[in-house]
Formats: sequence, C-alpha cells, structure tokens
Amino acid sequence: MATPILKMTGINKSFGPIDVLHDIHLEIRAGEVLCLLGDNGAGKSTLIKIMSGVHQPSSGTIEMDGVATTLPTPRAAADSGIATVHQFGGTFPLMSIGRSFFVGVEPTKGWGPFKVFDRKRANAIAVAAVQGLGITRITDGDRLVGGLSGGERQSLAIARAVHFGARVLILDEPTAALGVKQATHVLRIVNEAKRRGLAVIFITHQVMHAMAVGDHFAVLIRGAIAADFRKGERSREEITDLMAGGETMAGLEAQIETDGKESAA
Amino acid sequence: MTSQPERLSIGSLLRKPETGSFLGLAAVFIFFWIFGGSNFASLSGAASWLNVAASLGIIAIPIGLLMIAGELDISIGSLIPAGSMTVAIISGYFQMPILLGIGAALALGALVGLVNGLLVVRTAVPSFIVTLGTLFAVAGLLLGLSVLITGTTSVPLKAGPEAKWLLGRFIGGVYQVTIFWWIAAALGFGFLLHFTRYGNWILAMGGDKVSARNAGIPTERMTVLLFMVSGVSATFVGLSQAILYNSAQVSAGQSYIFNAIISVVVGGVLLTGGYGSVVGIVLGTLTFAIVNQGIYYTGFDANWASLIIGILLLVAVLMNNTFRKMALSYVPKKKGAR
Repeated sequence: MATPILKMTGINKSFGPIDVLHDIHLEIRAGEVLCLLGDNGAGKSTLIKIMSGVHQPSSGTIEMDGVATTLPTPRAAADSGIATVHQFGGTFPLMSIGRSFFVGVEPTKGWGPFKVFDRKRANAIAVAAVQGLGITRITDGDRLVGGLSGGERQSLAIARAVHFGARVLILDEPTAALGVKQATHVLRIVNEAKRRGLAVIFITHQVMHAMAVGDHFAVLIRGAIAADFRKGERSREEITDLMAGGETMAGLEAQIETDGKESAA
Repeated sequence: MTSQPERLSIGSLLRKPETGSFLGLAAVFIFFWIFGGSNFASLSGAASWLNVAASLGIIAIPIGLLMIAGELDISIGSLIPAGSMTVAIISGYFQMPILLGIGAALALGALVGLVNGLLVVRTAVPSFIVTLGTLFAVAGLLLGLSVLITGTTSVPLKAGPEAKWLLGRFIGGVYQVTIFWWIAAALGFGFLLHFTRYGNWILAMGGDKVSARNAGIPTERMTVLLFMVSGVSATFVGLSQAILYNSAQVSAGQSYIFNAIISVVVGGVLLTGGYGSVVGIVLGTLTFAIVNQGIYYTGFDANWASLIIGILLLVAVLMNNTFRKMALSYVPKKKGAR
C-alpha cells in the first residue's frame, strides 16, 4: 500500500489539566475518504485543529508522505497542502465570488504601481472551478458569497481548496447545517475530490452521510479512537451505537418510548 | 467558460454599495435647491459646501478604509489641530522653513497612527478604545506643549507664496485648493480599494480577520499602515487649514470625528467592516456637507441642521441595509429549484 499522505502517531493533547485527546493513530491516503465520527465533545474539533495547524499536539508525531513534520501555524498547514473547510464555507459573505476565491493570491495585470486586480480572470477561474465540481448554477463571479445557498458556499470553499492544490481536504461538519438535497450536492463533491486523488477527512455525526462517501471510518469517544474500520465492516446500527458511547441506540430508543408511554398514561 | 458580458442594468446599479448614498445625495440636493433658492446651487454657493466637503472628505476616505477593514480611528479629532499647531509653531513661531513644518506635521500624524496601529494589533483592545485614549492623550500633549512653548493656544503663521499656492489659496476667489487634494485622494484611494490586490485584502480583513490572516494576508502590517494613513491625512488637513487661515488653534477638530463617521456610514460602508466603496464615501461626505451648509441658504433656523443630519443618518443606515440585502439575495437569471 502507498505511503499515507498524512499519518498521525500517538497524538495526545491536553489543555492544562484537561486531557482532550489520548493516543490518536490515524492514516489517510490519496483518493480516500476518512470519516471521523463522534458525538459532540468527543474531540473532533481539537483533532482537526491539530491537523490544520491551529493547535500543537502535547505529544506524538505527524508525518506527511512518510516524513516527520510539524504544523506550527495554519499557514504552514496550508502550505503543505492541508486545507480546512468549515461548516459555513465562505467566510467573507460580503465579497464577490471572484474576490473571495483569490483572497491573498489575487491575480493581477499591468505593472509596477499600476498592477490591478484582474477581476475578469478571477471571476472566470472561480466560476470554472466551481462548475468543474458540478455546481452549474454558479455562473456570475460578481455575485456575493453571502447570497449563495449553504451547499453552494461549501462547494465554493472546496473548489477553492482543490484549485490551490490541496492534497488533504478537511471538511468540518459540511452537511450539518444543510437540507437533504443540499447535503447530497456536497457529498457528490466529496466524491469528485476523492476521484481527483485528494485525501478527504470528513467530520460528521451523521452516519448516513458518512456511509455514503466513506472508505475508512474512525469513531472518537471521549478523546480516544474507539473503533477504526473500513467500508462494509460495520453496519449503520453498530456505528450509531459506537457514537452514542457504546450504549446501544436501540436501548436508548426503547427507553424514550417507555418514558413516552408512561407520561401518556 | 461562460463569461458574463458587462452590462449596466438598473439591477446591477442597485447592488452597489454607493447606490443608497447616491439617492440620499440627490434627495438632499433637490431639497436644498428648492428651499435654498438659486444661491445654493450658484458657483459661490456650491463653494461653501464643497470647501466643507473637501477637508472633511480627505479625512473621511482613510477613516472609511479603516472601517471597511473593521477598525475605527477617532484620534483624528486631536490630530487635526496637532497638524495645524505643529506647522504654526515650527514655521510661524520659530520662523523655520515651511517645508520643515509640513514634514514635522505629517510625521506626527504618521507617528500617532503607528502608535494606534501597534496598540490595536498587539493588545487586541478594540480600536475605538485605543484611539479614544490617543485622542485625549494627543489633545492634552498639544495643549500642554503649546502653552509651554508659545505661552498661548493660538499661533499665527505666515506661509510663503509656494505653500499658499499649493495648500492654502482660493481658486476663483471662493474654491479652496483642498478640493483638488480631495479629488486626488479619492482617485488614489479609489484605485487602491477597487482595482489593486490591497483593496481585496482590506475587504477580506473586515470580513473575517482570522481567515484573512490564514489566507496569507499580512493583516497586522495592513492595519498599522491604515492607521498611519489616517493619521497623516488628519494632520494634512490640519496643516493646510493653518496655511489657509494664517493661524492655528489648539481646539479645532473634535467635530470632525463624528462628521467623518457620519459621512462614511451615509456613504454605505458597513460599520462592522467588509463592505463599502470610495465613491460611496465621497457621496456621503457631499451629502453631509450639503445638509450642513445648505441650511444657511434656506429660511430655516440653522439649529435644525443637526436634526436633519440625525434623521439622514438613520435613514441612510436603513436604506443601506436594504440595498445590501438586495445585493446578497441577487441571483442571476431565474431562480433554480431549491
């Protein structure tokens, strides 16, 4: 098997006296979707923040392409090809699609002090990048990002990451705030990114969405990886039970049902 | 790929940040034209509000850029008299070359801007509080030093013909030369904000500072630079007023703080940053100046001007909110299935 793009070994993280992550081992390969599942507070966010350079692990090593590395800043993570897309996608709601797509790396034309922002080229590239991922409804690069739907914003953010050569794409709850149809759009784009050879880390607590695109699953419970398995090795019920902290979801549901009957009686 | 042809429809005009301010300007202009009579729109009448707009506008543009970048600078209220007094003390009281006085005044603006910027960037204290502090500190320093050095709070200044020609003369007897400096500033900063990559950085900083920094924008350096530009523009207005009126006073300029903010907000800049245009700021400044001066051409008591400005500000903010929502909800062609 090929060397994983990103490999985390024995990652621990504590904030003062509070241990958030214990002994995390994860590998992610090109063209593979790793689904990171877990209930609220399981440590998913902290783990992503370590991968995107926001936090430093207390101990443990990170390897990229088999070489030990550190990610001291978000900028360093971005430079090594790790892109993070957050729940609400576009972060500049009042900027146009073309402008926000190229923030920090604006294409210019002209020379010297008269170098101007090449709006037409920026718009054309941004629109082409989003359409290339299958979102054909975005045709005008002058539209403001805030006017896009949640799914379109996610798609724009993913298109941006892909365009700027991301090799590892971290998607933080991309479908959590979306409707059913919007979510399927995003899932389709996740598949497209995978087809293009990106390594995708898909964070979610929606098991259905995870199962639709995931090749490899890791379930976090209270800061430790409780289960690590490949596609088809576990059923949906088993995953849900794992996420609920080992208790059976069926048991919880039965409990709720009896409670409901008692109060009705 | 499909590239949209450039078209200038009513719809695309309505989605620009300056649309609301243009309508506001048209409204007050027509209002004072009707009630102010022919004098208001005459050449000398226009000069009265253009002169007010020019010195205010030179300050409002950098303040607007700071607001677009998500910051605020109110220390300009002290930097305007500081600029006047510096040039008057150095070149008037001490009789040194005018260039030295001008250079010192501009350097003072840059220095206070640098302090503002560094404090905001290093301490993460809101820029309103930081510049409120420097507003008082500079005012106190100015008063103390002026009395200590000259023994008075008002210093005469006799500038040479070159300095007068460049900074302090009336063209055609009524138009202050600062009007041309204002036009130059508007063109320069308009180019910067709308046509260069730095403009994109300023918009991004106001939209989301953390994301902008992660995208590789040197947000701290940009913030400090913007504060320095705002400081320099304030002392520039101060020194040109001293040269124009042949004297400088310690207390002149506090009214500029709110007037500049009103001009910028009426001009369609979002108070929380991330949205706005230089054209809008220019239109907002003109609107403010017309209301401020136009009242003298009407039969109304001048005390009513503040009432009009207050209402104008509220209407402008509401109108700008509406136009911004329209810009956000704009979808080209037909709406697709949700």
